[in-house]
Amino acid sequence: MTSICASTDEAVAGVEDGSTVLVGGFGMAGMPTHLIDALIRQGATGLTVVSNNAGNGDAGLAALLAEGRVRKVICSFPRQHDSWVFDGLYRSGKIELEVVPQGTLAERLRAAGAGIGAFYCPTGAGTLLAEGKETREIDGRTHVLEFPIKGDVALIGAHRSDRMGNLVYRKTARNFGPVMATAATTVAVQVSEIVEIGTLDPEAVVTPGIYIDRVVAV
Amino acid sequence: MSGQASLGKAEMAALVARDIPAGAYVNLGIGLPTLVADHLEPGSGVVLHTENGMLNMGPQAHGDDVDPDLMNAGKVPVTELPGAAYFHHADSFAMMRGGHLDVCVLGAFQISAAGDLANWHTGAADAIPAVGGAMDLAIGAKKVYVMTTMFAKDGSPKVVPECTYPLTAARCVDRIYTDVATLEVTGDGLVVRDLFGITYADLSARLTVKLSDGSA
Repeated sequence: MTSICASTDEAVAGVEDGSTVLVGGFGMAGMPTHLIDALIRQGATGLTVVSNNAGNGDAGLAALLAEGRVRKVICSFPRQHDSWVFDGLYRSGKIELEVVPQGTLAERLRAAGAGIGAFYCPTGAGTLLAEGKETREIDGRTHVLEFPIKGDVALIGAHRSDRMGNLVYRKTARNFGPVMATAATTVAVQVSEIVEIGTLDPEAVVTPGIYIDRVVAV
Repeated sequence: MSGQASLGKAEMAALVARDIPAGAYVNLGIGLPTLVADHLEPGSGVVLHTENGMLNMGPQAHGDDVDPDLMNAGKVPVTELPGAAYFHHADSFAMMRGGHLDVCVLGAFQISAAGDLANWHTGAADAIPAVGGAMDLAIGAKKVYVMTTMFAKDGSPKVVPECTYPLTAARCVDRIYTDVATLEVTGDGLVVRDLFGITYADLSARLTVKLSDGSA
C-alpha cells in the first residue's frame, strides 16, 4: 500500500543508522534532492549509499556525504569534475568505496528486486574489479559471479505519481529509478505532481505502485 | 596516405564516422569519441545510444533547449530526435551486454597487440578509480573502435605489446583510430591500414609492438 506523504520528512521517517540506501539519479537528473535533504534532517548515519555517482557539486548526495553520514559508497563513477566532496573524504580515508561497472550495478539491483540469488556476467572478467570473485566459462567466455544489492531504503525521483504509487518518469531522469524501486524494503519517491487514480495511462506506467511505499510531491 | 600531415581531432572523428555502417546502433564514449556524432552523414540512419537510457539521441542542447532531465553519459545536455526512446539503466546495459549495439567508440590509455583495452584507471596510488559503463561497452558491443592519439603526452606509445594499466576488458578492440595511423586488430596481430604524416618504417620504429603493413 502506497502512502501519500504530506512532507519529505514523513517520507524518510524511520531510516535507521547503518542502513543501505539506494539513491537514484545519474548526475543530478533524477536525483531525489528533496528526500536527501530530509534524510540529512532525519539524522541517520553510518549509511551505505548505492548510487551511480558519489555526489555532484554541493547539493543532494554530496550534501549527505559532506555531513559525514555515509560510511561507504557503492557506485560506478565517483570521480567527476564536480565530485570535490567525495574526493576529499576518499583521499582522507573517511569513506569506503566499492566501484562496480555501471551495468553490473544496475543488474545487481535488478536481481535483488527480482529474487535472483546471483548471476554470471561477462563484464569485468579478467580485470581488477573481478578479483576474488568466482568465475565460470560459459559458451567459451569467462563470466563473473555477481550478487544482488538490496537496499533497506530507496530514495528516487520520478516525474508523476498517481495516488496508488504508479510512476512515470521524464526523459533520461528515469535512469536507475525503476530498478531501485524494486530493490529496497522501503521505497520513497519524490515527484513533481501527484495525480488522481485513473489519470495515468496504464500502458505508459513505468513503475507499478506495488513497489512504492511513500510518495511526496515537491 | 602516408606523406600527409597527422590528423586533428575532427579529422579522426570523420574517419571513424566514415566506417560506421548506415543504420547502425552506436554508442560514443565520453571525450574524443563524442566528436564522431558531428561527422555522421545526415540520412545515414545511425542511431546513437547513451547508456543513461536513450536511443536516437540528438546533438548537444544550447540555450532554451537545455533540459536538466535530458543529458548524455558525459552529463552534457542533449536533445532528442524523432523516434527517440527512453529506458531504465538495467535495460540500457542489457542492450550492451546482449550484443544489440553494432559499434561503440571508446577512448584509451593503452591498447595491446591482442586487442586488450585499458581506459578506466591509471592504477596510480592517489587516483580515484571510476569505471562507469566502459567495461560493459567493451565486452558488449559487436564492434569496439578505439579513438585516441597514438602517443601519450610524454611521448610513450599507447599501442603496446601488453597493457601496463589495469584492463577494461581483454581482447575486445577491433580497430584503432589514431592521429598518425589506423590499425586493425586481427588474429595475426596488428595490421596498419592508413598512415598520416608518418611512414610505416618510422611508425614501426616508434612502437615496440609487431605490426604488419596493410596500408599499401
